[in-house]
Amino acid sequence: MNELIKRIKMFRNNHPAGDENADNEKNIREKINLKVFRTNGKSESHFDTFEIPIMRWTTVLDALLHAKSYCDSSIGIRYSCRMASCGSCGMKINGIPRLACYTKISELKGGIVSCEPLANFPQIRDLVTDFSVFFNHHKQIQPFIQNENIQTEDREVLTEYIQKPEDVDKYLQFSYCIKCGLCYSACPTVATDTKFPGPQALSQAYRYSVDNRDNALGKRQNIIDDRHGIWRCHFAGSCSAVCPKGVDPALGIQLLRGHMLRFSKNEQKLAELQDRGLDKS
Amino acid sequence: METSKESNSTVRNNREGLKGWLNPARYGWERVSYWFQRLTGLFLLIYFIGHVYETSSLTGGQAAWNALLALTQTVQGHIFLILVIGASTFHSVNGIRLIFTHGGMGLGKPGRPDYPYDALSLNYRQKSGIWISLILAALAMLYGADVLFGTK
Ligand code: SF4
Ligand code: FES
Repeated sequence: MNELIKRIKMFRNNHPAGDENADNEKNIREKINLKVFRTNGKSESHFDTFEIPIMRWTTVLDALLHAKSYCDSSIGIRYSCRMASCGSCGMKINGIPRLACYTKISELKGGIVSCEPLANFPQIRDLVTDFSVFFNHHKQIQPFIQNENIQTEDREVLTEYIQKPEDVDKYLQFSYCIKCGLCYSACPTVATDTKFPGPQALSQAYRYSVDNRDNALGKRQNIIDDRHGIWRCHFAGSCSAVCPKGVDPALGIQLLRGHMLRFSKNEQKLAELQDRGLDKS
Repeated sequence: METSKESNSTVRNNREGLKGWLNPARYGWERVSYWFQRLTGLFLLIYFIGHVYETSSLTGGQAAWNALLALTQTVQGHIFLILVIGASTFHSVNGIRLIFTHGGMGLGKPGRPDYPYDALSLNYRQKSGIWISLILAALAMLYGADVLFGTK
């Protein structure tokens, strides 16, 4: 016990309480002006500016939460995971769609950081936007595995697909999508055509179509082969430039269009079901 | 596509519209190329309509044809033709690149994404295609200017 107390005392001597504060002082780079878009959907919108102290690691979401805690509790923000996983905190930061929790202020230029709601999403309040149109486009391309040859009802014969790592590699990056809507906000076609499904939905159409457990490519192609469908993509690449998860939706769209134009063969070989030896038993 | 259940005014709320075309530089070279491709396309369409009108003046006899041709012999006419040369060169060369990319060629194969997640489709082959189109358009315009304004 005495030994433990001695060690604690030694530690305290080597790490005086003041040190921690001194460290913090060093890390406080400066203050920034955080410009936040404000609207309640009824009166004129405007920007409110807050002076926020920042550290090297302060993210835009941290700064917004600081403003909400200490300056104005009525700021409307949507967030959840704080680690680029839930896709809730998308907004236009200095004019470009980004995740607030994934954008460090130290990476941005200048002493003013402006936060606006994502373009192409209807505004609800302040930085919160309505995702129902976006999710509706996602649902329309039937984002789930379909295979009418496989019966999935009878639990007795239910079994697994055999899928090799190289089969997974074909769709893995597209399955990283967190539905944050940044690509939808950056797309110039979405900006003018409300019926265009957008990069997220189209890249998900590709994701399910190259999954060798799925055989509904034709069905999905019928959905997107439309006047407002996949042909409206002109490869501006902005979706891939802003995607925070490396999904590269522009790549998925071009590859899917390649299949549809017969530029490339869809050499998809359907996955086989694992033999559970049910017949032998 | 099936339209959403939202009313049109709700769906349109906060759409960027043509404003989204402004400031193409914020999303990189691919967006700049998209912007130029569209602008040159519109410009060439206008030129094409004017060109059909110009050649149709032949039916009005030699005098009418010469009168219209004289329009292109002014300084403004020369500048307009130089712009046509630049627009058509960029639009064709970049258009050939886009025909391939729209078919999924020259973009690479999907794989396991690694941080910092550089998008495969925005690779240097594509960027060089854009730069080559821009350089060729500039060279064609210089040559055109030399022929129209020079001593040749
Ligand atoms: S593709 Fe990327 S940017 Fe688009 S919703 Fe998915 S994660 Fe977000
Ligand atoms: S809070 Fe979840 S992605 Fe930013």
